Amino acid sequence: MSQAKLANGKRFVPVPCATVRFAGDSGDGMQLAGSQFADIASMTGTVVCTLPDYPSEIRAPAGSLAGVSGFQLNFADHEVHTPGDAPYVLIAMNPAALRVNMPDLQPGGIVIVNEDEFTPANLAKADYACNPLEGDALGAYRVLPVAMTRLNEKAVESAQLSRKDAARCKNFFALGLALWLYDRPLQPVLEWLMKKFRKSPAAMAANGASLRAGYNFADTAELFRVQHTVAPARLPAGRYRRVTGNEAAALGLIAAANRAGRTLVYASYPITPASEILHELAAHAEYDVRTLQTEDEIAACVAALGASFGGAIGATGTSGPGLALKTEGLGLAVMTELPLVVINVQRCGPSTGMPTKTEQADLWMAVHGRHGECPLVVLAAATPADCFPMAFEAVRLAIKYMTPVMLLSDGFLANGAEPWRIVDPADLPDLRSAGPPAPQDFAPYRRDPVTLARAWVAPGTPGLEHRIGGLEKEDVTGAVSYDAANHQRMVELRAAKIAGIARDIPPAEVSGPAEGDLVVVGWGGTYGAIAAAVDEVRQAGRRVAHLHLRYLNPFPANLGDVLSGYRRVLVAENNLGQLRSLLRDRFLVDAVGLCKVEGRPFRIREVQDKIETLLGETPR
Amino acid sequence: MIADALECCTAEQAAGNLAQLTRADFQSPQEVKWCPGCGDFSVLAQVQNVLPRLGIPRERIVFVSGIGCSSRFPYYLNTYGIHGIHGRAPAIAMGLKCARPELSVWVVTGDGDACSIGTNHLIHCIRRNLDVKILLLNNQIYGLTKGQYSPTSEFGKKTKSSPAGTIEHPIRPVELALAADATFVARSVFADPAHLARMIEAAARHKGTALVEIRQNCMIFNDKALDDFSDRSARDEHWVYLEQGKPIRFGKDGGRGIAALGMDPVVATLGAGGVREADLLVHDAHSPSSVRAYLLAGLQPPDFPTALGIFRQVEKPTYDDLLTAQVDAAVAKRGRGELARLFAAGTTWLASES
Repeated sequence: MSQAKLANGKRFVPVPCATVRFAGDSGDGMQLAGSQFADIASMTGTVVCTLPDYPSEIRAPAGSLAGVSGFQLNFADHEVHTPGDAPYVLIAMNPAALRVNMPDLQPGGIVIVNEDEFTPANLAKADYACNPLEGDALGAYRVLPVAMTRLNEKAVESAQLSRKDAARCKNFFALGLALWLYDRPLQPVLEWLMKKFRKSPAAMAANGASLRAGYNFADTAELFRVQHTVAPARLPAGRYRRVTGNEAAALGLIAAANRAGRTLVYASYPITPASEILHELAAHAEYDVRTLQTEDEIAACVAALGASFGGAIGATGTSGPGLALKTEGLGLAVMTELPLVVINVQRCGPSTGMPTKTEQADLWMAVHGRHGECPLVVLAAATPADCFPMAFEAVRLAIKYMTPVMLLSDGFLANGAEPWRIVDPADLPDLRSAGPPAPQDFAPYRRDPVTLARAWVAPGTPGLEHRIGGLEKEDVTGAVSYDAANHQRMVELRAAKIAGIARDIPPAEVSGPAEGDLVVVGWGGTYGAIAAAVDEVRQAGRRVAHLHLRYLNPFPANLGDVLSGYRRVLVAENNLGQLRSLLRDRFLVDAVGLCKVEGRPFRIREVQDKIETLLGETPR
Repeated sequence: MIADALECCTAEQAAGNLAQLTRADFQSPQEVKWCPGCGDFSVLAQVQNVLPRLGIPRERIVFVSGIGCSSRFPYYLNTYGIHGIHGRAPAIAMGLKCARPELSVWVVTGDGDACSIGTNHLIHCIRRNLDVKILLLNNQIYGLTKGQYSPTSEFGKKTKSSPAGTIEHPIRPVELALAADATFVARSVFADPAHLARMIEAAARHKGTALVEIRQNCMIFNDKALDDFSDRSARDEHWVYLEQGKPIRFGKDGGRGIAALGMDPVVATLGAGGVREADLLVHDAHSPSSVRAYLLAGLQPPDFPTALGIFRQVEKPTYDDLLTAQVDAAVAKRGRGELARLFAAGTTWLASES
């Protein structure tokens, strides 16, 4: 790594990647500062992955530990899919933010604190018996105390804002410091401020002044000696934007309904962390999107199904306890063989659990969690941006196979953001289905010989009036039937229809050698951590591969063959071994597990350690 | 958009289809499996009588139901239909009607379905004024599960699950609907087919949620429930028909009526103590206030006759119309959505592979 001495006497250090966390009181505007930083880092060509971490209390008492809100971002000159294991830079706006976030910081990392907020009252709220800025409690780090409150006040005084509004600008002061630290331009933020505050010139000027003051302070103060920079990454050419998983899922649903030439009806009951899908869709009615905020989770599921019966793309979204309530509706969807998309943004359970924290413990529920023999398609997105193609795929499979499809996301994917290469709508598959069959050829449960799907005939089609419902149906005619042999046949047909989808999905593909010592299998939001960990180990010369499953029911047709190419199989997941159990059950493979249920995604290091341990047990 | 994809029939075709529609067109090939003598037959017959009169092509009519004896209804009608899950029919109907506002959507439900497991959905459907027609077949018993008390069973009723008598006070569906600010609520009885048909037709022609409570028997588990209706002389004393704009009279030769003493109803006998017809309440279902409708809905034996007819019929925008208006407004304001514009919204940047 080359270092350059700058004209102002400071050093300039290029780094391949950097992890920064903004933390403060929930009213301090840390989410905004963090996302602005992420925008600038993106626009300057680096790959950025972000994760907000906010309290479940809407407004916890100011200065309290419960009220700390954080935003972490990882930006790099290469592909990254995690927000970073441990921040190198922590910006802490008060003592509580310092206390909550300190344990995560890299040893030798930089802590920038707003020293003005380290008052006896605030220290007490953060359970500090004495001021950590005095003494050597923080000896392992480089602490940069800045009088942000006072410096901000001074910077914005000409804007003549109220004292409260003036104080609000200090997140932009902090942002200015961070932008200097990583040699990023101010101009895009100033342009954003002009747009955002076009109706409030005073706020625009004050925030801009605070931003510049922060930047200039770092540039001139002796305290700041080292400026870092991260070079642009090599990305596939194209136009990019940052998306969270929830945004990407919403866009995927809109795109798929559009390509199917059908109305999208999204029915949902508000629940963390899935609500943003509803918000995003509600804001886009002009795309032939109808959102229904229903009275409960059950209504959301069956209203979406009612919309599907009507020929629309019926979709619903939920999390944890909401999924439990939808299971009855899912049974009806399987029996009536109607398309339905359910996005389950997993959170810590059981019951209310930890609503704002991530987990992957609904896999069994997704695959098995219904009464009767009740198979449906289960997909999982691997990264925030991957929620777009997977939501699109969910709609494709739901329509083509006349089946409910559950797309698993999680709290980490939902709130995390990363760059998404904007697709050309013309490149998206055409999902329009054939017109209704001729009356003489129509029977409600007559199946396509290849897909085994029945025809989707919506009300309004003359001559094809028919009834469907939750009672067992006679094969072909769809008449209510209690016939023993018919039930056996229908149960097997429904199972065969879903199993057959394995022929219509991409084969399992590993990253790394097709044979070797170990394959690390993951699914869902663990992608980034596993990919990075496997990369590290492989660079050390071991034959380790990564297999990330996006199709969990049915599994890709070649999955058993792929797994058999390795001496060991490790399944890393944020539950107590649900995928591992499914794989062992299906393939009799002696997989071992790495299970973490702390409400947080894996750190790269954790996965790497497990791989190294297993390899240590496995001679080369 | 869906309508385009569906090759919806042309106006001429629709007119052609309509001209020929008769009751037989609405009879499905499925064998009707209710117990002989069940009140459900009467409702099915009147629905099949009314549907051809509505001027709606058969393919645009959808019946949605939940679970229970009455919820088998859609199978017996040759329209589109979906037999759903217990209590959820109004929610299924909501998704369907919002996806396809041009359809005529009907919900057939029972007292267990609508007033116990699905009460939530019923209330929310009504308060939203979703343009669906709800036929609530109330036999005050759980029939399909073989004779337990229902949420509308009278207090003290002895059933298999309440051998010592129920200790629950019944829900009264009409009052429940009025409390949810229903724009149309009526009550009829299976044993008066002409009245039943009038109520069903009025509901069908109402724009907004229309709830018709249909009192009926259960031959097997609650057969005597409506004996006082079958017996002509008892009927006059125990039932009162509401007619728009007319004084509310009942009894032999209409000799008695309902009057109000302050906020309370009283039974008045014409001629007794100088009571004249002008002293009786005059029925007005169109009153903006639902107070009088609530008073009439609450009349019950032994002190009062049970009222039949339209309690309330007022106009209010429907949920589906408002939803469509919001979609149209979004298109008018921002133009019809183009995916390319949607994808590139917000902060974007270009990367060129180096």
